[in-house]
Amino acid sequence: MNQISARLGRRLFTTSLVAGALTLGLRLPPARAASGAPVPAGASELGLWVIVQQDDTVIVRIARSEMGQGTLTGLAQLVADEMDADWAHIRTELLDTTDNYNARHAWGDMATNGSRGIRTSQDYVRRGGATARAMLIQAAAQSWGVPSEECSAANSVVTHGKTGRTSRYGELAAEAAQLAVPTTVALKTQAQWTLIGKPVKRLDTRPKLDGSHVFGLDVQLPGLLCAAIAQCPVFGGKLKSFDATAVRAMPGVRHVLQVDEQSVAVVADKFYFAKTALAALPIVWEEGEHAQVSSATIAAELAQGLSAKDAAIGNQKGDVDAAFAAAARVIEADYATPFLNHATLEPMNATALYTEAAAGARVELWIGTQNSDDALLTAATAAGIKPDAVKINRVNLGGGFGRRNRIDVPRLATLIARQLPGIPVKMIFTREEDMQHCYFRPVTQGRMRAALDADGRVTALAARISGQSVLATTRPQALKNGTDPTAFEGLEAAPFGYKSIPSLRIDYAMRNTHVPVGTWRGVNANQNAFFTESFIDEIAHATGRDPLALRRDLLADSPKHLAVLNAAAERAGYGRPLPQGRFHGVAQFSSYDSFTAAVAEIELSATGEITIHRITAAIDCGYAVNPDQINAQIEGSFVYGLGAALFSENTIENGRIAQSNFHDYPVMRLASAPKKVDSIIMPSGGFWGGVGEPTIAVAAPAVLNAIHAASGKRIRSLPVKDQLSHQA
Amino acid sequence: MITLHVNGTAHQIDAPPETPLLWALREWVGLTGTKYGCGIAQCGACSVHIDGQVMRSCQLPIGDLGQVKITTIEGLSPDASHPVQRAWLAHEVPQCGYCQSGQIMAAVSLLASTPKPTDAQIDEAMTNICRCGTYGRIRAAIHAAAGEG
Repeated sequence: MNQISARLGRRLFTTSLVAGALTLGLRLPPARAASGAPVPAGASELGLWVIVQQDDTVIVRIARSEMGQGTLTGLAQLVADEMDADWAHIRTELLDTTDNYNARHAWGDMATNGSRGIRTSQDYVRRGGATARAMLIQAAAQSWGVPSEECSAANSVVTHGKTGRTSRYGELAAEAAQLAVPTTVALKTQAQWTLIGKPVKRLDTRPKLDGSHVFGLDVQLPGLLCAAIAQCPVFGGKLKSFDATAVRAMPGVRHVLQVDEQSVAVVADKFYFAKTALAALPIVWEEGEHAQVSSATIAAELAQGLSAKDAAIGNQKGDVDAAFAAAARVIEADYATPFLNHATLEPMNATALYTEAAAGARVELWIGTQNSDDALLTAATAAGIKPDAVKINRVNLGGGFGRRNRIDVPRLATLIARQLPGIPVKMIFTREEDMQHCYFRPVTQGRMRAALDADGRVTALAARISGQSVLATTRPQALKNGTDPTAFEGLEAAPFGYKSIPSLRIDYAMRNTHVPVGTWRGVNANQNAFFTESFIDEIAHATGRDPLALRRDLLADSPKHLAVLNAAAERAGYGRPLPQGRFHGVAQFSSYDSFTAAVAEIELSATGEITIHRITAAIDCGYAVNPDQINAQIEGSFVYGLGAALFSENTIENGRIAQSNFHDYPVMRLASAPKKVDSIIMPSGGFWGGVGEPTIAVAAPAVLNAIHAASGKRIRSLPVKDQLSHQA
Repeated sequence: MITLHVNGTAHQIDAPPETPLLWALREWVGLTGTKYGCGIAQCGACSVHIDGQVMRSCQLPIGDLGQVKITTIEGLSPDASHPVQRAWLAHEVPQCGYCQSGQIMAAVSLLASTPKPTDAQIDEAMTNICRCGTYGRIRAAIHAAAGEG
């Protein structure tokens, strides 16, 4: 083992105490505890989620993925609070995917998507903390011969109040681990929380400051080779032939491999050699039936869906047709959004090692994934082995945004490694490959119609969504009656806030293309909020109403929606005079069980350049575990959402993605980002809402509505790009 | 063999002269704090200092570098104690962290030439991409680091 791989071996999981398991068996594996997961020597497992060391260090197991969104720290807060552990001695350890598989998911779902990291695991991880606390208290009580009820815990110390005796968690842990794990524990009330709700510092910042945080791209292993891959640029097409002899003599090249029906890889000593040789490799593609598809043909098909007879109903009440027939006036507008790549800054990659032994073949993967459960099953299928013969080393993710939910990367890496037994191979998509081969945000159009009575009141709202289904690509078995219920995200009866509109019909004409689509931060809430919140603004302007006042009327029966809207408007100073040339736009939306609203304050230059001076955003996520991390997610949501709304799109030419890198897929940079993001976190309690995604839905419509206020120009097709530019 | 002077150490590199410095650092020297993001000098994840000036290493062939002194994120300080690193920690700038090596190198270079940058100067100098959207905290951390200097 050379110096570099030894260093990375130690650093591979900077928060892990079981790094020995990650270095190809070069160290003895740690002992296994009752749960089946490893425990360091001398430490004690207390229930599923907590390990306590003799030196009082509390190790919290983390099942979900950390991709920058702060979930790792938030989950540790939940456990530590219920455990009354000393935060200064909290460590985290990433749960092993195979251990969880073998324990029939005793640690729950590891997939980290849908803003679920905290809200759908909070109950059982808090119980995990409370369980450990109960065991420690019982151990102390037994050693002192007193009832447990007379003992209390704080800062990793158990105290017997009557006698003043104390014992540290580290002293009690071994004894506590001998006790039966309690099956019922009481959770704290909100008033008893000491860590939940506090803006404690993230646990994982330090290694991100000096280059030592190991991402998938940085994995080093003895004997490692690197692979560059090319997949057929036309989705659905195939690899016809390639001429390996043309590149075999190039520096560092070891193998040229067909990976599957549509891809070929060059494997070399270095990734630089692999990608250089791949660029020189003559490849003939069989482009197949989609080679003539373009953005224009897709747009025409979606436009047909806007007026198609058949559509699936997602939310309906009242008699919409009668309301339109009786309307004094009808307002109608069509909107469109493009395909979008997530463009995580770390390109897709995974390292795989396939080994053959008498006991059967095994696969080990090193991958930054949002979904290690599926990565495990995928690698097993690709290698033709059982899932428990796969080990996933969860390395850090250089951004996720939904892209790293997908299983293409673990599949391809495993297929390459399977052809090279005993050799670890790191497969990396070049940025160009990453841009071309994604599971894109789906292309979508919307037709919004409103019926107004003679006084300009909205009597009916009809929304037709026409576009591609995420589920049809990612989980076709989850389609219901042949359609995709997630297309209505945020417009379903529960989250849809405009309940005082008497009649309503929201339906969906599924129009799938050959382009693979997936979950892009905020998923379908992005399009649905853009359509709805732009259109509510259009109604306001058409009827001479103030956009905020109209929303307040229509949200009269939705107090949580109204509360965030009012909070954002008040903090932003909506309605009060702004500096010369500045304008406000407002939007609200509810998704992922949270309620959000935003007011954008913008300025347009004489040539149509936009400056976003200030975003005021409010969120009610029920409970706020770490307010500063919620701030960070809100700040990031505006950058990600506004970059897409203003600049980014993937178009289709000749069946393939026309863009290749950041020069033709521009994203938001510092100079164009909001100058200020002012967040209002207003958890009203009683529910657990998501945080990573909900706010992105209001980013685009708030700014687009401000653009309309500033210019009178209604942007109905994203991105804005040069739609505002004109000569000064 | 090409000699690269990286973080005060001379490294003999057995790589073709057209090899971009990014890949020489990552795959020959073994310093992986410098990141690959685009390969065409668009994103800045590969930013390093060449004689104190920030440059995008993915577009620098090692054969053209001569005797320049190269500083990577690993060489900025022995213990993340550089004022910019401390400001990044205090403001909790990183989310995923992938771009932050490059962001920090760009900020250090900016502050070396412009000790008290205005917002407009930060806009102009800080062109690296962050997909998590940490730009507001980057700006605040640069102002804070400037205040220390």
